[in-house]
Formats: sequence, structure tokens, C-alpha cells
Amino acid sequence: MKKIVIVGGGTGGTVVANVLARKRISDTAIIVVNDSSNHVYQPAFIYRALGEIIDESKIMREERKLLDKKVELLIDRALKIDVQNRQVWLESGKQLEYDYLIISTGSRIVPEEVPGYRAAHHFYTLEGARILHETLERFNGGVVAVGIGGIPYKCPPAPAEFCCLLDYYFTKRKIRDKVEIHYLSPLPRTFPHEAVAESIREMMEEKEIHWHPMFNIESIDSERRVVNSLEGESLKYDLLVMVPPHRGAEVVERSELGVDGGWIPVDKHTLQYRDYSEVYAIGDATNLPISKAGSVAHFEAKVVAERIYSDTIGHKPEAVYDGRVTCFCDAGFKKAIYMSFNYENPPKKPRFSYLWYLGKQMVNRFYWSLILRGIV
Amino acid sequence: MSSGEHKVSKIVDARGSHCPGPLMELIKAIKNAQVGEVISVYSTDSGSKTDIPLWVNKAGHELIGVYERDGYTEFIVKKAR
Repeated sequence: MKKIVIVGGGTGGTVVANVLARKRISDTAIIVVNDSSNHVYQPAFIYRALGEIIDESKIMREERKLLDKKVELLIDRALKIDVQNRQVWLESGKQLEYDYLIISTGSRIVPEEVPGYRAAHHFYTLEGARILHETLERFNGGVVAVGIGGIPYKCPPAPAEFCCLLDYYFTKRKIRDKVEIHYLSPLPRTFPHEAVAESIREMMEEKEIHWHPMFNIESIDSERRVVNSLEGESLKYDLLVMVPPHRGAEVVERSELGVDGGWIPVDKHTLQYRDYSEVYAIGDATNLPISKAGSVAHFEAKVVAERIYSDTIGHKPEAVYDGRVTCFCDAGFKKAIYMSFNYENPPKKPRFSYLWYLGKQMVNRFYWSLILRGIV
Repeated sequence: MSSGEHKVSKIVDARGSHCPGPLMELIKAIKNAQVGEVISVYSTDSGSKTDIPLWVNKAGHELIGVYERDGYTEFIVKKAR
């Protein structure tokens, strides 16, 4: 029997497993290795931080229930991947051999790479979001700075989105006039794409959010409450929210599969790892110069499933990833923008509207039933 | 590897990248580089011609050169501090 092993049961791992299971490839086992029995919807962390979601059971499900019955789930931690001998070593002592391997191990945050990081809050884990919410609830006025501690990071619009949502949050609490919101943008603009940046800048000006171009956080002086940039500037804050630096998964680094921060080098179209045509990487785990976002993992997963299926039936794999990314940015007050782009076509200038706010709500709702099952 | 008189220690191939963009790839590379190292960035994104010189100037590094290559632009940057 052939074995397809998927390391990591996040968005990409779950979608690729479910799409492959539906192909009903004969005499082939599909195995997902995940270190947790739960699947958490990470885009909801920002709403947990702002108190719009308090009941955390609404943003997590049992991974077993999300996977097709034909998929075997191992709750275990992958310790090492040996691509030369086609083996994955697990914490339990098990050793898996494979015919195809998909690495969907995501990214991990490493706030400790920024000196003084303990003074900063973040919303990149459920615990971080919970603590940030408690802190925000006690905050009654002053300077809130939102910045970025390292590149690349998950969900490029998230810090700008968080600033807009803070405006909404403090307005609802009727203390907006007592709060200054500062967005520390790592770029000369508010967002990587010029067309989108224009929309976000207009929105920030309307909301009186102060934005600082080219401010990449280098260190934090917690005693003086000052955040310093790589470019040589400083800002005094009362509450600091920092997108933490990210790295690839520990198993990737330990297995020496990653480059420059533990990101796996893959072909930008086939998603294959170097000369190992049976090894794929998807989602945040790759070193592709595109957004680290759930939509990327989702689209890449479908490409990889199609390629593996073609190979198992003796056809030349022809499915390729075109760099497609889609994402929303919620500006509060029931308005949002939507972006869609790929390697060749940058996004057009989006317009904030109620329609895209509804679109984002739909994605949040159908994530479990349609996206993870690979139906859309 | 060399470009003119300068020995390039790292090439950042950001061709085809719109997001997070070649500038972000350069910032990442500069952060990980030693003072004096020279980095070459390949970009097909037209915005890089404005962004990269702006950032290099603000951050106090040295833009050694900007070259039009076959279908892309090469930026040579030296980490100065």
C-alpha cells in the first residue's frame, strides 16, 4: 500500500487530506500527523483580542471531525523529516515511511528575537489575544502603538486592520478622544500594494490614526516605554502591540529543510521541494515571496492534491499554483475591503463596503464546512 | 558573486513578488546581514524603484547601484550600520 503523509493539520494540511480522500486513490493510505487534537481558526484571534469573541469553543473544532473518514489522524509531534530515506520520525517513537510527503507545518512566533519583547502584546496566539483583551479592557487612555517586529509575518493586513478595529473598539467604549492610535508601518506606505495602501491610508486619515512610514521595530525599552526602529526612530507608548517575528516550524529547522528563518524552498508553481519530486510544502511553511495567509495554504493544497492524484494514476502532474492570494481587511463599523491577486496581477484599489464585511463573515462561517473540506 | 567592484554576499530573488514585496525581502536580508555585507535584490515590481532607495536612505545604508537587467531590476545595497 502507498502512503501519503501530511505533516501538519492546519488549513493546508486539512484541505489537502480531504481533497485527496475524495479522489479515492486505490490502495493508498492518507495519514495526517498533527500535534494537537484541536483545529483553531486563527483569523478569529484578532476578534478575541477585541472582545468580539469571548467563547473560544466557537473558533475551534476537533481535527478528527474535520477530516474525511478515510484519512488516518495521528496526534503526535513530528521530530524529524528525513527526505533522503523518505521517513518521518515522531515523538511517540513511531517512524512513518512515505511515498508522498506534504509539509504543512505553518509558522511559529519568536517574539524573543526582539530585545524587550515582554513589554509588547500581540494577537498571534489565543493566549496572546486573551491577555491583550484583558489589557485593553483596563486601558482608559493614552498612546497605543501597533507595529511589526519581523518579516515575514502571517496575514499582512492584520496590523493595519487591528488599528482600524481599535478605533471601532474605543469608539464603542466612548473613550476614542482619549486614545491616540499609531500604526508603525514597515514600508513607505500603509500596505505593500500601492492600490490597497491608498485605500487604507484614506481610511486611517478618516479615523485619525497616525501612521509612521518605514518603522520596523528593532527593540523595546520597557522602562521608558519607548519602541525603537531599525531605521533609527523612536516612539513613546502607553500600550504596545507588536506583530512578533515568525520562523518556520522547529521540525523543519531540525531537519535542515529550511533556509533564512526555517522557510522551505519550493518551486513557486509546482510547490515541490528542491529535487525531491515526491515532497511538497504548502502554506506558511514555504519561502515563497507571497503572503502567509490561510487562503494561500488553501489554494496550494488543492494544487498539490491534484498533482499527487495525477501522478498516482500515471499522468504527468500539470496543476500549478499561480500565486493566488485572497484576503479581507475589516475596518470596523461593518466595513471591509477584499483583495485578490496572484504572481502576475497585483490587486486593484479596493473600496471599503458593507458587502465585503458580509463577505468576511461568510468566510468565517463557511471555513469549517466548505473551505476545510476542499469543496470551494 | 560580484557586481562591478562589489562582492555580493547574498542575492534576494524577489522576482514575481508583489506581496509582501521585494523591499520586505531586502529588510529581512539586511537585518540578518553583517555591517559591510553587500546584498543584491532582483525585482520585477515597479514600486521597488521608489521604495528601495527611500528605505535604504532612511535606514542609513548605501545604495551602490540600480541596474536594468533582462526583464527585472537589480538593486545593490551595502549594510552600513
